[in-house]
Amino acid sequence: MNAVFGRKLVDRFWTAASGLAVLVALVPLTSLLWLVISHGAAGLSPSFFVNLPTPVGEPGGGVGNAIVGTFYMVGIASLIALPIGLGAGVFLAERGNGKLGHAVRFTAEVLAGVPSIVVGIVAYGLVVARMKHFSALAGGVALSLVMIPSLARSTEEFVRLVPSTLREASLALGVPSWKTSLRVILPTAMGGIVTAVLLAVARAAGETAPLLFTALNNQYWNLDPGQPTASLTVQIYNYAISPYDDWHAKAWSAALVLLLVVGALNLLARFLSRSRMEGAR
Amino acid sequence: MSPAYEAAMNMEPAPENRLFADAGPDRPAGTATGAPRAAGGVEPKLRVRDLNAWYGSNHALRHVSLTVPPRSVMAAIGPSGCGKSTFLRCLNRMHELVPGARAEGTLLIDGQDLLGRDVDPVSLRRRVGMVFQRPNPFPTMSIRDNVAAGLKLNRIGGNHDEIVERTLKQAALWDEVKDRLGASALSLSGGQQQRLCIARALAVEPEVLLMDEPASALDPIATAKIEDLIHELKERYTIVIVTHNMQQAARVSDQTAFFYMGELVEVGPTERIFTNPGEQRTEDYVTGKFG
Repeated sequence: MNAVFGRKLVDRFWTAASGLAVLVALVPLTSLLWLVISHGAAGLSPSFFVNLPTPVGEPGGGVGNAIVGTFYMVGIASLIALPIGLGAGVFLAERGNGKLGHAVRFTAEVLAGVPSIVVGIVAYGLVVARMKHFSALAGGVALSLVMIPSLARSTEEFVRLVPSTLREASLALGVPSWKTSLRVILPTAMGGIVTAVLLAVARAAGETAPLLFTALNNQYWNLDPGQPTASLTVQIYNYAISPYDDWHAKAWSAALVLLLVVGALNLLARFLSRSRMEGAR
Repeated sequence: MSPAYEAAMNMEPAPENRLFADAGPDRPAGTATGAPRAAGGVEPKLRVRDLNAWYGSNHALRHVSLTVPPRSVMAAIGPSGCGKSTFLRCLNRMHELVPGARAEGTLLIDGQDLLGRDVDPVSLRRRVGMVFQRPNPFPTMSIRDNVAAGLKLNRIGGNHDEIVERTLKQAALWDEVKDRLGASALSLSGGQQQRLCIARALAVEPEVLLMDEPASALDPIATAKIEDLIHELKERYTIVIVTHNMQQAARVSDQTAFFYMGELVEVGPTERIFTNPGEQRTEDYVTGKFG
């Protein structure tokens, strides 16, 4: 009897301890959400989403150009990163067992671990130093370097999930190998790949360091890839390090907007992957 | 026994006698075209001579020789790992897709060598279709697109709707799906999916159809439908079927080849293999003493 009692006591202790760990882990997460919402919600208004920033003290003003700039530069980054990342992922899944495959996989892993400030410096050297000025293009190149490794690895995993029997079925019909990859394997893996793309886009949208000295910032609307461009993250950074209370409030509101954008992308990715799994059942 | 059996038996000296003899030098590719006509006047659709296959250093198929007459069914039987699936996958050169795998020997369709270096395996596979153990329709495509997949992916012209209807009828699936051709292929039952895969293989108009245990994942009713289908298909196609199920081999095939440990032990008319086999090992296997 004593042994049973002791075992139950130990069981309760560890259940309580792990439950407590969950609560402690939730504290920073919920306090982060609470802080951003409580400080940022007051400054949100329809005009905050569409107006240009205003000088200190002037009421109104928003981050419209920064929202557009973020999507614009993530768009440029996607144009560069999607073909390279997806192509590398398909290569790794289909032909990645040789020396070249291991080298590519290792490179992608290293690239994924490179601090984003270093990515910014590289893009500065590659694009800004040559063009002699900051630009949306440089920002897009920097963000694409963030996206490529994660796209390549997740594409590889989703392509590997496609049953080999489908590949055999296609090859047995006399379909060439490359066309089998492109027309049979890739469409079957597409649900997962779309999810991976959305997560990579969300990750890029939340990056500050790669943009700091590539796209810099801009007080005005800009869709010229050759000109400096505002982004939500750099705008938050600039507002936050300023000495003005007015701008601090705007930093909180812009942070809330960024959280909403990234959160929406993550929710969409989740929704798509879930409905895909139900479709497969 | 049908004339096809007679012809088959006349064409090749009893293969079992040659099994352990020296294989002799390989014929260079191409020299065997225009193989001599058989006594019965029926030229074999498939002629396999001294076929060997390896997975790395594992010699999985040893000195196999046999012939398959046109418009007949050959069943390959034997215990797991005996080489019967490897044999089947050599016939459309799917075997060599496994890393480290290779095959040597002479493999003729209508007298034309298939293992030669100048033969494109991709175009060969359009002549030799294949149905797999588990139904494997393309999940992203509709029923119609699955059947037409080989035509579309290979850019083969023609009236696709007509071909889809004809092959679905050949596969005895048309009546069940004609009202929902646009539905996902995954909405079909397992047996229907397997008949869809047969229709897909037939749509590219192969001459030979390979079936790798096509009914092993199906229930008895769906299995019976597939077997009926094989009887109808042999009016037009030459079929080689691998099966674990000896009753199935006895029901559907004209000839039976018994493989054991990578060797072709015996090949002959199905009736004889099951009632009066020439080899002790064949008798032990078909009477259920092992395997």
